[in-house]
Amino acid sequence: MSRASRQVGLPTWLFAPAAVGALFVVLPLAAMLARVEWSDFVGLISSESSIDALLLSLRTSSISTLLCVVFGVPMAMVLGRTTFRGQQVARSLVLLPLVLPPVVGGIALLYTFGRRGLLGHSFEVLGIQVAFSTAAVVMAQTFVALPFLVVSLEGALRSAGGRYEAVASTLGARPTTVFRRVTLPLVLPGLLSGAVLSFARSLGEFGATITFAGSLQGVTRTLPLEIYLQRETDSDAAVALSLVLVIVAVVVIGLARVRGAI
Amino acid sequence: MGAFSAASLLITSAGCGLEESADGSSGEKATTLTVYAAASLTETFTEMGEQFEADHEGVHVRFSFGGSSGLVAQLQQGAPADVLASADTASMDKAIADGLVEGDPVDFATNTLEIAVPPDNPAEVKSLQDLSKSGTRLVVCAPEVPCGAATEKVEQASGVKLQPVSEEQSVTDVLNKVQTGEADAGLVYATDVLSAGAKITGITFPESSSAVNTYPIGSLADSKNQGLAQEFVDVVTGGQGQRILADAGFAKP
Repeated sequence: MSRASRQVGLPTWLFAPAAVGALFVVLPLAAMLARVEWSDFVGLISSESSIDALLLSLRTSSISTLLCVVFGVPMAMVLGRTTFRGQQVARSLVLLPLVLPPVVGGIALLYTFGRRGLLGHSFEVLGIQVAFSTAAVVMAQTFVALPFLVVSLEGALRSAGGRYEAVASTLGARPTTVFRRVTLPLVLPGLLSGAVLSFARSLGEFGATITFAGSLQGVTRTLPLEIYLQRETDSDAAVALSLVLVIVAVVVIGLARVRGAI
Repeated sequence: MGAFSAASLLITSAGCGLEESADGSSGEKATTLTVYAAASLTETFTEMGEQFEADHEGVHVRFSFGGSSGLVAQLQQGAPADVLASADTASMDKAIADGLVEGDPVDFATNTLEIAVPPDNPAEVKSLQDLSKSGTRLVVCAPEVPCGAATEKVEQASGVKLQPVSEEQSVTDVLNKVQTGEADAGLVYATDVLSAGAKITGITFPESSSAVNTYPIGSLADSKNQGLAQEFVDVVTGGQGQRILADAGFAKP
């Protein structure tokens, strides 16, 4: 890439705060690692409730990521490739879950899809019960993760520019063909990194889930909820499970790196 | 991020400094009594603390409210405190075993479970047995936390098989699910029902007697204000403290 050739020397004073920042992130992880009871590690993480929580987390996070792609790609396209009145406002609203505390997101979801919420009653009439179901977990995760996909993809769309799409269009390609054959391949790395971020965010989701979905083994108790609960009685198990979550996150990020997404 | 938390640390420590000098404005140095107390004691102990400060000039009572097991864990890590009041004997026993407690703790209150329902009681719950009816959405505390342990005890003693739709992390989470109408009923402590006010209706049930939570209080071995600590314990166990606790729904041990 051309990046290497443009590299210029950094002011040396930048390195000290950079090192402090890096230590600030790495040190707590190392401290946690030091606290893991290795002799009983497998026993601690292989209890039925832990495995249920891990599988539930992986399952719900995958579905949430899929939903983020299904809804986030069109959202990013609309935000990044069109102009309309109120676009700035629309963009800010879409990104709102990024800055909201997840608990607030959970409360908002509760008052929308809960039994006595805005839409909850209509759902109830249709025989759909969202609260306390795995679907509620997925909704909570999608709510907090969606902005990550939209932001990444919209950024990719902007830096890619519209020239290739314009050329394809003048050569007679229809909008769907342009989208499929030009735009998507062009921004694929951005889409992948957005999906990875969404997955990671879903995996770590806690506040909205506990507020909106509840906590029941195998149904709504994801790994972060299980860790928080184990902490009450068995701190060794909580630390061991935390490490599992870190490992899953590292593996996901590692896979994405190999694919060149981030 | 690092800079941000460093800045907030600076602000907090500056705040503490201000507070001390404000307290010591009478010339003498203010004494701070640190009380570690279970979260369920927040309202009652805050009231007693204000009374205690009014009766003892130059004394500032500082509370740290939290889950009992978490508080004991903090004390084990060397957190400086003068008094510990826990919501169960198990946590206090842990503190005693670690040599953290001075003398013998005193039991000062008890709390029992009640059924919490929304005011309109949509599932028409009247007894513990009603909670096991199909279609009644019940929310309880997870067995890992004290209110959940009490729930499990009641379940075993009564033989009623509960099938909750959620096992929550804390009493607050259970109350919230009932308040918002997501759940038809929840099992929480009598004091929680009372403090939730009009948004929750409490239903007592005879089987709750099989899980009575006892609250012990004791002064701590590392306290630098043994005398004051003991005085605070006396206030809690004395007439005035007991009245405040009774008003909040606690029963006598």
